[in-house]
Amino acid sequence: MNSVQLHEYMSRTHQRRKWVDRWMSGLLFLAALAALVPLFSVLGYVIWNGAGYLNWDFFSKLPKPVGENGGGMANALAGTCTLVATASLIGVPWGVAAGVFLSEYGDGKLGTIVRFATDMLASVPSIVIGLFVYTLVVVPMGGFSAMAGGVALAIIMIPIVARSTEEIVRLVPVHIREAGLALGVSRWKVILRIVLRGCVSGITTGVMLAVARVAGETAPLLLTSLNNQYWNLGITGPIASLPVQIYSYAISPFDEWHGLAWAGALLLVLMVFVVNVLARLVFGTGGSGRD
Amino acid sequence: MVPEEKLAAVSAVQNVTAHSHREKHFSDRLFFWFLRASGLGVLALLLSIGIFLFRASQPAIEYFGWNFLSSQNWDPVAKDFGALAVVFGTVVSSVLAMLIATPMSIGVALFLNELAPRSVARLAGFLVEMLAAIPSVVYGLWGFFLLAPWMRSTVQPFLGEYFGFDFFPIFLGPPYGVGMLTAGVILSIMVTPTVSSICREVFKAVPRANREAALALGATRWESMKVSVLRASRVGIVGAVILGLGRALGETMAVTMVIGNRTEISSSLFAPAQSMASIIASEYPEAAEKLHLAALAEIGLLLFGVTFVMNAIARLFVWQVKRRVKG
Repeated sequence: MNSVQLHEYMSRTHQRRKWVDRWMSGLLFLAALAALVPLFSVLGYVIWNGAGYLNWDFFSKLPKPVGENGGGMANALAGTCTLVATASLIGVPWGVAAGVFLSEYGDGKLGTIVRFATDMLASVPSIVIGLFVYTLVVVPMGGFSAMAGGVALAIIMIPIVARSTEEIVRLVPVHIREAGLALGVSRWKVILRIVLRGCVSGITTGVMLAVARVAGETAPLLLTSLNNQYWNLGITGPIASLPVQIYSYAISPFDEWHGLAWAGALLLVLMVFVVNVLARLVFGTGGSGRD
Repeated sequence: MVPEEKLAAVSAVQNVTAHSHREKHFSDRLFFWFLRASGLGVLALLLSIGIFLFRASQPAIEYFGWNFLSSQNWDPVAKDFGALAVVFGTVVSSVLAMLIATPMSIGVALFLNELAPRSVARLAGFLVEMLAAIPSVVYGLWGFFLLAPWMRSTVQPFLGEYFGFDFFPIFLGPPYGVGMLTAGVILSIMVTPTVSSICREVFKAVPRANREAALALGATRWESMKVSVLRASRVGIVGAVILGLGRALGETMAVTMVIGNRTEISSSLFAPAQSMASIIASEYPEAAEKLHLAALAEIGLLLFGVTFVMNAIARLFVWQVKRRVKG
């Protein structure tokens, strides 16, 4: 191979490598674009089909029986609020405490085990949690109830809140704890009054993301709180919820109900979007709430 | 995060202070036990899920034994239950999802981490995260009214015409719209954000110098990604894929709404099917028979076991990558 041939060979491979580089870059760009197509499609259709139904009736009226037009999801909205409030009452303190345990006392063997268990609990399919709560609460109580739904959602919340709390509390520099301890403040006061005080906004953000996540959960509710066409006050009976109502309207054969389902979906998506944007503004990095 | 020596020093200090105050500060110990109890409580929750599901499925386990796993009959009227058809449905739809989602997620992660300008990467990263935050039931609604009809009218006829071979009949048969293929597609959309965000973390763990070394040797950008980033991240990518698979296996609402809910095994991907999660969601609220409930609980127990193992393995893989970077 003389020098001219070598030069030709080199420039040919060079050309080819440049082509491959360009094509692969284009392909990667297309992959990113293609991944976002479903997002815009979902957002677009939810707004297109749901916005028209999102009126005052939607927020204030009960569902109408089959064959009658109109009606809304007022009871489902109230039900979702009840369920999320019940879940938060149980899930937030438990999750925050577990998160603080992991960050403050979690460097040993027990910490590793608890951290692993938290990760595993976060990855248990939500329908399995529904089954678990069915046997734990629904069977002993003798029927579907808002209480059971709240417990199921709480179990989903706990690991999310725990891991986000741990991450945030760990960001507090060690010397702040040292300073507190050096002044002779007892450890629990250092944790509660000094360490946690600086993390309130971060922990709140994690809790908000967890709330947004469980507010859209459907599968466990099918097995725990079921559904209800009427108002339900109190937490011992079945209760309507937005996601379950969306599901049962979606699989119904009526156009009117399909429209209401889209409107409910629009509301859920709006809530998730707002919470995520807020989380990002407060916390900088944000997160999806889904692990 | 915090250097080891510093932690050691702090815990030494803490030990000393803790020791001298131990008698005085009863409240300290109370607080510690409270935190520890809530940590152990998480562990207890996880264990009791397994125990309660096992107890609930006891009648089915006793009645069917191992046949439960090998029988594909699912007949609530005749009280004959076997899990094979739904296990098949779960495995096929999830594997299908990963076949689509894996190259997609790696592409997304590479583009966002290695090619995109910072501002674009931030925005696109946020949008991909939003994809993960949309509730499952909303995907189900979208899949039922838009994806499934589109699959029926466009994608499935096309696949049937060009790839519908008799010797490999996965694309044969009438296009239903709802069915295994549509479930796989919607699952792939739902797991892409999970897999790509872990891939991004894994890619970030590759030192910058490796990329620069490749570039300095005359590699193009793609070659540098291939040689320095992808090759070093193999273990982490496998971990991300298994994690995505674990998520796909247990996904319920969207699958229930588009898979067609027919409990039988078909060679065609167009045909309606049923997954483990979807059969629980669609039959449990209406089941009254004791054996039926127990059989559904046993499917739940299986699902719990499989996702647990998958996630445990995946975490080991991803941890290994992170530890290597730290050490």
